[in-house]
Amino acid sequence: MADELLFLTELLGLKVYDLKGRRLGFVKDAAIVPLIHPSRVDRYLLGGGWAWLTVRHDQVRSISLDGIQLKDELLTPYHSDEYMLRMVRDLLDQQIIDGKGRKVVRVTDVTFTIQHAEDGDLLHIDDVDIGLRSMFRRLAQGVLPRRLVRRLQVVIPPHSLRWEHCSILEADPQRRLRLNVSNEILERMHPADLADIVEDLSPDDREAIFETIDSEVAAEALSEVDPEIQASILESLETEKAADIVEEMAPHEAADALAELEEQTSEDILEEMEPEPKTEVEELLEFAENSAGGLMNTEYVALPESATVGEAMEALKVHEEMLGTLNTLFLVDPDGRLTAAVPLAKLFIAAGATPLKELASEPLLQVDVEEKEDRITEIFDKYNLLALPVVDETGKLAGAITADEVISLLRQK
Amino acid sequence: MLKRFRYQIAIFLSVVGPGLITANVDNDSGGILTYSQAGAKYGYLPLWTLIPITLLLIVTQEMCSRMGAVTGKGLSDLIREEFGMRTTFFLMIALVLTNFTNVIAEFAGIASSLEVFNISRYITVPICAAAVWLLVVRGSYRSVEKVFLAACTLYVTYIVSGFLLKPDWKEAAIYSVRPILMFDEGYITMLIAMVGTSIAPWMQFYLQSAIVEKGITAKDYVQSRIEVIVGCILTDVVAFFIIVSCAAAIWAHGPKDIETAKDAALALKPFGKYAYVLFSAGLFNASFFAACILPLSTVYTVCEGLGFESGVDKRFHEAPEFYWLFTLLVVLGAGVILWPNFPLIKMILWSQVLNGVLLPVILIYMVMLINRKSLMKEWTNSHAYNAVAWISVVIMIGLTLALASITVKQLTQPAGASLENDSKPVAQMKSDDSGGHSFKSNLGESGGAHLVR
Repeated sequence: MADELLFLTELLGLKVYDLKGRRLGFVKDAAIVPLIHPSRVDRYLLGGGWAWLTVRHDQVRSISLDGIQLKDELLTPYHSDEYMLRMVRDLLDQQIIDGKGRKVVRVTDVTFTIQHAEDGDLLHIDDVDIGLRSMFRRLAQGVLPRRLVRRLQVVIPPHSLRWEHCSILEADPQRRLRLNVSNEILERMHPADLADIVEDLSPDDREAIFETIDSEVAAEALSEVDPEIQASILESLETEKAADIVEEMAPHEAADALAELEEQTSEDILEEMEPEPKTEVEELLEFAENSAGGLMNTEYVALPESATVGEAMEALKVHEEMLGTLNTLFLVDPDGRLTAAVPLAKLFIAAGATPLKELASEPLLQVDVEEKEDRITEIFDKYNLLALPVVDETGKLAGAITADEVISLLRQK
Repeated sequence: MLKRFRYQIAIFLSVVGPGLITANVDNDSGGILTYSQAGAKYGYLPLWTLIPITLLLIVTQEMCSRMGAVTGKGLSDLIREEFGMRTTFFLMIALVLTNFTNVIAEFAGIASSLEVFNISRYITVPICAAAVWLLVVRGSYRSVEKVFLAACTLYVTYIVSGFLLKPDWKEAAIYSVRPILMFDEGYITMLIAMVGTSIAPWMQFYLQSAIVEKGITAKDYVQSRIEVIVGCILTDVVAFFIIVSCAAAIWAHGPKDIETAKDAALALKPFGKYAYVLFSAGLFNASFFAACILPLSTVYTVCEGLGFESGVDKRFHEAPEFYWLFTLLVVLGAGVILWPNFPLIKMILWSQVLNGVLLPVILIYMVMLINRKSLMKEWTNSHAYNAVAWISVVIMIGLTLALASITVKQLTQPAGASLENDSKPVAQMKSDDSGGHSFKSNLGESGGAHLVR
């Protein structure tokens, strides 16, 4: 079975023979055309003479460590083709994203399987190799005979990842399309993992990913990215795309991101946004970054004082998207002034007709929008809070600070 | 208008860092002692090298920061992507070996700075090695970085001392611009070491990564360039005053090799009884600072180039190569110092020579990378830049070959002759040069060991 594998380092330099067994040249590179097949080697590039020649996959009879036998000699000179993903030029030694391990890795070698079909052998990309074993192969290949290298390498543990879990990086948008680079793998990741990956990439690659990825995923990931990098990503994007992403972000996070930008850029982005998120973000931008107003989240659930548990349950159904992180409900009087805070968990053991007021936590804690961050962290610590309501100068509920904000704040110190 | 101005200051402050930190790390134990040795042994003669060194330093560091800002990738990443596995591998081996001698040099600096106070190296080095390891691995290094940086102002003492010692300014001025070249093993070794310590190869990798990590892009690169240039000039101003102080305080009373930290501390003698304290504090700070940064930077460089997981935010099992290599560098680097009778100062100086030998190799790759349109777009080098870089490469290779040929010539000489020379005290050989012009005396010496005895 072992013979059925072929490494890219072995493929390179393999002699290519014509029908009469004469040597035509050496393999210099191999390419897949992702639009046609995601893993089959489509072309072999042949060097040795003045120009490189192209061998199509259907012109090959057999492939082994002893060389490649052709069954068709009509070879064409190689012309650079944007649809080709060339193994040596585009993959070897470059960075790719490991979708399963959720990190950026560097390709040291590629493992193919040789598939024996009736009318000739085909190569399929199996794995991308990144470990010490592939390093050894790279260093030893060409110095020691291929078969000896294979025997020696078994003492080193292999380290590779499946080709289908890899996402290649391509900064040029035109070429991304031609190479059929999809963001599916990235979009399935947890936003925090995606954010970590993005931080490891070069600015061009970051831009390419955010330019093409789904706006909702982009917004979630961007919220998790380091503020400085956040700013440089937003600045590099087309204003329209940046606005799309910022709209999808939670208003307080959007405001934080925009506050990092050059004033003109942030105004341009605001200009492109829909009116509703725009006003919300603009209001938040007025607050100092380290005040309660700058920290608070404006996505909260507030109910009238007279509401019952049943009514609260109904209200929550409307705000389904917030349930993942919501932990406190607020009660306000007809003027919007805060009167009570109710821990969400209390709802589950109370009867449907119970007025929410009876479940409220005592004492009612609240801070002014101007309150300083040190005082806020102190209150969270002292009362073991999960959320703290913020009110404006008239006592109206303006937003809420959640524990995760406080954790981020403390970690930055 | 005011807002605009404030914004620009904010940008400038946010990019202050990489260039100035690098400049300060540049004057590490290797730097201080190499310059001291240059001044103590050759007086004002080596001053002329500072202008070309500054120029070359600016050119290399500017190239690195430009590459970092434009590509957003580290130098070893770029070498790997553009030149492949094998080149990267051998370059990394060379870099690790060179940097290893530099790590030894930093610990030697720590040991010798504290031995001035009669604290044994068997106590100081293990403690400091453990401190370095913990500071870096626990990730608390960032928080103490500012302390180191502040302590770097200790270099000002050299500038003050340089004036108080009343050196021969006329001679200093003349030799600052008059190049003196001698085919003399000690002198050539000294030249290579001076270039190697000012433009250490590891510094280029460090600077480029720092620029990338700071998120500096081609857009706000202009401020970075200013900072890099200011940093380079500062480095060499300090170097100038170290040489001048040593020339006035030591060389003027007869050329001498620096053998212990106490010798080098003489340059600060206007500070009286505080001279030792000041010198030792400066040397200790510089050495400890670099002992943190150097192994860390080396491991980052190697892991990035070879594609291993890296980062102090990773756990040990997530990035085993990273942590093992770091631990090895620190433990072995400190361990070598504990070898009985290990020649501390000699080791420091020779590590700088190795730097100088590796430098042209790194420089060649840098120039090739920065001229690639596919990487740098409109930011490739101008012809003048390339000219400076290539001339430096040729000169450095020339100096290395000259050193090698002298060494080989001496090795092939009859063993008896060189032994005989060996036994002569260095001071005696120098007894004839009172005017400071005849520096051909130690041609007969063997090996580079005579740099310091």
